[in-house]
Amino acid sequence: MSDSNLRIPLRPLARILEAREKGENPDAIEKENLRLRHEEMRDKARVRAEGRILVLGAVFALAFTTIGLKMWAVAESEPAEPRTSIAGASIVAQRGDIVDRHGRVLATNLDTYALYAHPHQMVEPVKAAEELARIFPDLNKERLTRDFTGKRRFVWIRRKISPEQRQAVHDLGEPGLLFGPREMRLYPNGAVAAHILGGAGYGEEGVHAAEIKGTAGIERKFDDYLTDPANGGKPLQLSLDLTVQAASEQILYGGMRLLNAKGATSILMDAKTGEIISMVSLPDFDPNERPALPTSGHPDDSPLFNRAVQGVYELGSTFKIFTAAQALDLGLVVPETMVDIRGPIRWGRHSIRDFHWYGKELSVSEIIIKSSNIGTARMAEKVGVERQKQFLADLGLLEATPVELIEAPSGEPLIQKQWSELTTMTVSFGHGISVSPLHLAAAYATIANDGKRVRPTLLRQSAPADGPQVMSKPAARQAQHMLRQVVTDGTASFARIDHYDIAGKTGTADKPKPTGGYYKDKVITTFASMFPASDPRYVLIVTLDEPVETSGDEPRRTAGWTAVPVAAEMITRIAPLLGLRPEIAPTPLAGITLTSN
Amino acid sequence: MRTLLYILSFAALIGLGFWAYQENYRTKQIVNETERLQQNIANARARLGVLRAEWAYLNRPDRLRELAELNFSALSLMPMTPDQFGRTDQVDYPMPEPRPLLKITDPVDVSTMAMQGGQP
Repeated sequence: MSDSNLRIPLRPLARILEAREKGENPDAIEKENLRLRHEEMRDKARVRAEGRILVLGAVFALAFTTIGLKMWAVAESEPAEPRTSIAGASIVAQRGDIVDRHGRVLATNLDTYALYAHPHQMVEPVKAAEELARIFPDLNKERLTRDFTGKRRFVWIRRKISPEQRQAVHDLGEPGLLFGPREMRLYPNGAVAAHILGGAGYGEEGVHAAEIKGTAGIERKFDDYLTDPANGGKPLQLSLDLTVQAASEQILYGGMRLLNAKGATSILMDAKTGEIISMVSLPDFDPNERPALPTSGHPDDSPLFNRAVQGVYELGSTFKIFTAAQALDLGLVVPETMVDIRGPIRWGRHSIRDFHWYGKELSVSEIIIKSSNIGTARMAEKVGVERQKQFLADLGLLEATPVELIEAPSGEPLIQKQWSELTTMTVSFGHGISVSPLHLAAAYATIANDGKRVRPTLLRQSAPADGPQVMSKPAARQAQHMLRQVVTDGTASFARIDHYDIAGKTGTADKPKPTGGYYKDKVITTFASMFPASDPRYVLIVTLDEPVETSGDEPRRTAGWTAVPVAAEMITRIAPLLGLRPEIAPTPLAGITLTSN
Repeated sequence: MRTLLYILSFAALIGLGFWAYQENYRTKQIVNETERLQQNIANARARLGVLRAEWAYLNRPDRLRELAELNFSALSLMPMTPDQFGRTDQVDYPMPEPRPLLKITDPVDVSTMAMQGGQP
């Protein structure tokens, strides 16, 4: 409006004079001019505003286009590491290693390649299919030819190939065959500790990378930990000892074959810390080539089944020591107290008998040594239902073990819903309650640890576990002493070996039929032991599934003839590996001479 | 005065431009160097990983056991047994050789008095 030169005056003198002459109102001219001026001003303002809106719109459009382009670029482009950051060097592998207690590798990663094809880029698809079938004998030539000549634009051929195979494929010179980098999980020790490690497979898969995911065992349990970049490739250290694990597997396998058992398991645990030093379940598998889950049959029969953790069985007389230990702890008995063992005890339709006739009465020690069901049941009667349940719960026998395996929750104990007085009596000698061998190992470790609760763990511990006191120290010591007497005077005489003092309890339980009732000729035998007996440091559980010893006139199936010799052999072999000083015969041994001088 | 100011600021502009140019190229060079080093580190790590895996694979207990059995005639390696442990007092050290009885012909000075100033 500052443009005053072009401004038309509101009251132009010429027109006003003219209007006055004609007798018209000159104010009308002024009004008319004012109107025109206002219209002009409005038009100008509109044009200006429209121009501004246009500019603003353009700016917004540009801004949104920029954001959109950036988003598209981020979404579509391959991720790249920042070039100038120093953090890039600390990321080592996609998944951390797993090592044993001495740092020996149990699971690691290996760089390899995956092979895939772009059929539309192929020069000679039929020849390529032929050659691939020659390099990989398990590939089907017809299938490949169909894939390569059909409409598919992308075909996975192999997930993992060896360097030799890669070179062979490379030498074909086919541009449509491409390699993508892969990391694969390698278990260098093969089947050793297979059930603990579990196995790993591929999760999300792309051409340039694939995610490794644990499929079972500790790999699955610690999936997040192993793949967490914050750990910087730090390995996961287990409590296992590779040497002891391998030796245990060898001896247990020998024992299983010799005694015609269909399965076997052993657990060696540090009684002070709860660290599992070896845990074997046979039959086993190779985690590098993990077999598929069974679709039919009983899950126990699959090699994938971890008997030590998942297999809940009635473990029989090995439970008697818990009853005795509790009775001692409560002050109800002392080891010399005589208990009436005349039987059988009748309870409704059930009756409790002994394996042999042991006389009218036995002391508490002798009940454990001779393994009298009736005597144990009488002690359990004195203890009572509630106190027994509480004691077993304190030992961790009524809930799944806290061990760090994904399978652990499936090894929940089977207990009767109605815990009657009869249940108390049968549970006192290990019937009517099914627990896994690992439960038993932890409970025996609690006795061996002078009554302090021990929780099983697969991770390396730096200090002894400080669990609550489940039973008094003297009671635990007395129980240990009784277990030693079982070996020296009782059912576990095969465990009387030179060099090491073993204490332990045998258990032979008939296997339940799936239809109800028990098999007459199928048993689970267990030897639960601790050594050295004077101050137990290790607990060893050996369980055999359906063993039979056939060297005598008639087949023998009791634990004393099956599980005990295997356990004794195992201790002879692994105790030196654990660095336990043997009891050395007092007479000087011949043949030790200083050979280097 | 004003001309001088113009000349000075123009010279400063040229100087800064030159400096920025140099810094830019030096940075690029260092980034390239870093990348090369990181690539080397990554390669070395990968090689180390393969070597570790191979070491573990070659030292797997099953293989060592088989090797010990195959070479039993040469090495006679047996599993460790408790009776291989011993006490140090059970070791038969070779008996010290009986000293020949010396005939003392010339007396030896056992006093340390003579050592004071002489040779040790």
